[in-house]
Amino acid sequence: MAFVLPGSVPRTHGGPQQQQFNPYSENGGTILAIAGANFSVIAGDTRQSDGYNIQTRYAPKVFRLTDKAVLATNGFAADGNMFVKKVRQRLEWYRHAHAKDMSLHAIARLIQSMLYQRRFFPFYVYNILGGIEDDGSGAVYSFDPVGSYERETCRAAGAASALVQPFLDNQIYFKNQTVPPGNAHPTHLSLAHVLSLVIDSFTSATERHIEVGDGLEMYVVLAKGSPLQGLDTIQGITELTSVPGGERMFVIRRKLKRD
Amino acid sequence: MSIMDYNGGSVIAMVGKDCVAIASDLRLGNQALGVSSNFQKIFPITDRIFLGLPGLATDVITLKERFRFRVNMYTIKEEREIEPETFAHLVSSTLYEHRFGPYFCEPVMAGISKTPSGGTKPFIAATDLIGCLNFAKDFVVAGTASEKLYGVAEGLWEPDLEPEDLFETISQTIMNAVDRDAYSGWGCIVHVITKDKVITRTLKGRMD
Amino acid sequence: MASVFSPPGFDFSNQLRNNFIAEKGLPLPKATSTGTTIVGCLFEDGIVLGADTRATEGPIVADKNCEKIHYITENIRCCGAGTAADTEFTTALISSNMEMHSLSTGRKPRVVTAMTMLKQMLFRYQGGVGAALVLGGVDATGPHLFTIHPHGSTDKLPYVTMGSGSLAAMAVFESGWKANMSRDAALQLVKDAISAGIFNDLGSGSNVDACIITASHTEMLRNVEMPNVRVQKERQYGFRRGTTAWKSEEIRNLIVSEEVTMLGGGDEMDTT
Repeated sequence: MAFVLPGSVPRTHGGPQQQQFNPYSENGGTILAIAGANFSVIAGDTRQSDGYNIQTRYAPKVFRLTDKAVLATNGFAADGNMFVKKVRQRLEWYRHAHAKDMSLHAIARLIQSMLYQRRFFPFYVYNILGGIEDDGSGAVYSFDPVGSYERETCRAAGAASALVQPFLDNQIYFKNQTVPPGNAHPTHLSLAHVLSLVIDSFTSATERHIEVGDGLEMYVVLAKGSPLQGLDTIQGITELTSVPGGERMFVIRRKLKRD
Repeated sequence: MSIMDYNGGSVIAMVGKDCVAIASDLRLGNQALGVSSNFQKIFPITDRIFLGLPGLATDVITLKERFRFRVNMYTIKEEREIEPETFAHLVSSTLYEHRFGPYFCEPVMAGISKTPSGGTKPFIAATDLIGCLNFAKDFVVAGTASEKLYGVAEGLWEPDLEPEDLFETISQTIMNAVDRDAYSGWGCIVHVITKDKVITRTLKGRMD
Repeated sequence: MASVFSPPGFDFSNQLRNNFIAEKGLPLPKATSTGTTIVGCLFEDGIVLGADTRATEGPIVADKNCEKIHYITENIRCCGAGTAADTEFTTALISSNMEMHSLSTGRKPRVVTAMTMLKQMLFRYQGGVGAALVLGGVDATGPHLFTIHPHGSTDKLPYVTMGSGSLAAMAVFESGWKANMSRDAALQLVKDAISAGIFNDLGSGSNVDACIITASHTEMLRNVEMPNVRVQKERQYGFRRGTTAWKSEEIRNLIVSEEVTMLGGGDEMDTT
């Protein structure tokens, strides 16, 4: 930074000067979701930043929508929060009209319409929807900011998506790994296995990406009647299930490095 | 798009137990168009030093020749082989000489150095395009897939891997990283350097 | 062919080509920068310098534990922020010139000499050499602490900060610095200032380095504090051997085994 002495402020030349308001900003952070046979894990870090500044160390990016659906948003935080608010409002209207919760694939389609509606002034957000499908299977839907979506087994989005996604390709889809002689790659991973991969993905991203850190929030949705799969032994877990006998939802919070 | 991404390509180096490994992809492109699937970016400097040069292909070739010349001059003057640490500083000062008109390359080196007590020590280093050295104890990466390489390597790398295990880890790291990069890929090559041999393997992976 | 010895100084031979590339609309790439927190403060018998250890390439951490406190002379050290290569080479060059200077004058090096050499070099390059420095040391005239900006302007103050974490660090100094502090209090203040940068500025991170310079002694405290060690991973990621499929292999043996076979007879030395 060069010093300028008072009185010798360089005068800008006359002529038209263009000023433009930029309605968007980018608030860092990363989200990630993995679907299992009868569960779904949706995770996100809790740091919200602007440039080199930490705005807050705890700003949730993962939100519970219904008993079996969780939405993670990443990108421009203001748009993300507004978008979740609007989705929740539409889901409440649906409940009033139909006296039941919207199913996961329907929420996915609803999110597509809501995003595409703003095709020429988009919500600057990458969304990942996770939860349990009507048939009891774990599901993950990922979206681009204008509504293109796809059902997948795993997806990372946000600032460190480039760091996490290829790691997941290797560890979830077993990409580039030959099959060990005598036994095939497992088709579905256990919940404990998935949770450990999620934690390691975030600690790795925290090491190498300056915008990732502070805290980790992992939502787990279990299909109706499925066993706890070791969730009861995990420390710092909170159950969010509202109706007994249905899908069960949990949140696990972990600390991440704060530098 | 930056000029560094014009031809594509990526390199990674990792430290293991009494060994090092260096790997690269084999693609040469003209932006999105693939041109060659056998473009070598890793060059032997001495028996125990390998240099990876991802970046603008014209500079890859120029720098390779430039380093060959400067290492030869060093060998003749000193009447001994150059040590990896010395070579790293040679690379660094060659690039910084061009501070105001740089070569668009980010060199990555791997080698085995001799300790004063007669033992050997694994050595890796990387520099940016104007020669800022980075001596890491685990791994160094460069190229168009560098972000992906950082992510995968940070997840997969473990300390004290034996040469054969280091081969698996570096191979899995580079293949999964370049598969998510449009400008890298089209085959991979891995060199594992131990104190008494160099194992070079070309990998079987996606060619799209 | 030109001489095999290149002349000293920068080589501008690529500039024509690179300007052509820039004109084509391809932006020139960014070098590694140390979005840094570096500080220095005066205490009762000398100077304490401090730095974090993170080097970044945009939002990616390139080096988790780099050294930003550079050696100038035995009694002078210099913290660097800005373009990493520039801080590295500028301090190395001035360190060399300071050694030569003190050898030719036969005097102990002075901080103002290093400061003048640095500012004249940076001013010559009109900000092109992007080094932002905190220079500190103790010489025959007492303790001195300077900041040097990339364009060559300098300041002489009792406590200074630079880099992207300078505001976070300065907040600590402004609330905690007192004249004539003890060595321990000054070191603690510097650690706190760097920690403020590490935790509140995204461009800074990892560990705290410090350096205490007094009239009689210089103590480099590399990684005095390591508050950001990575926790143990949840899983082990070693692969089964044979996981990666490969097409071809070449093994180059570096051990040359030599076997000498005697031919004929009668020429051997008689050892009986």
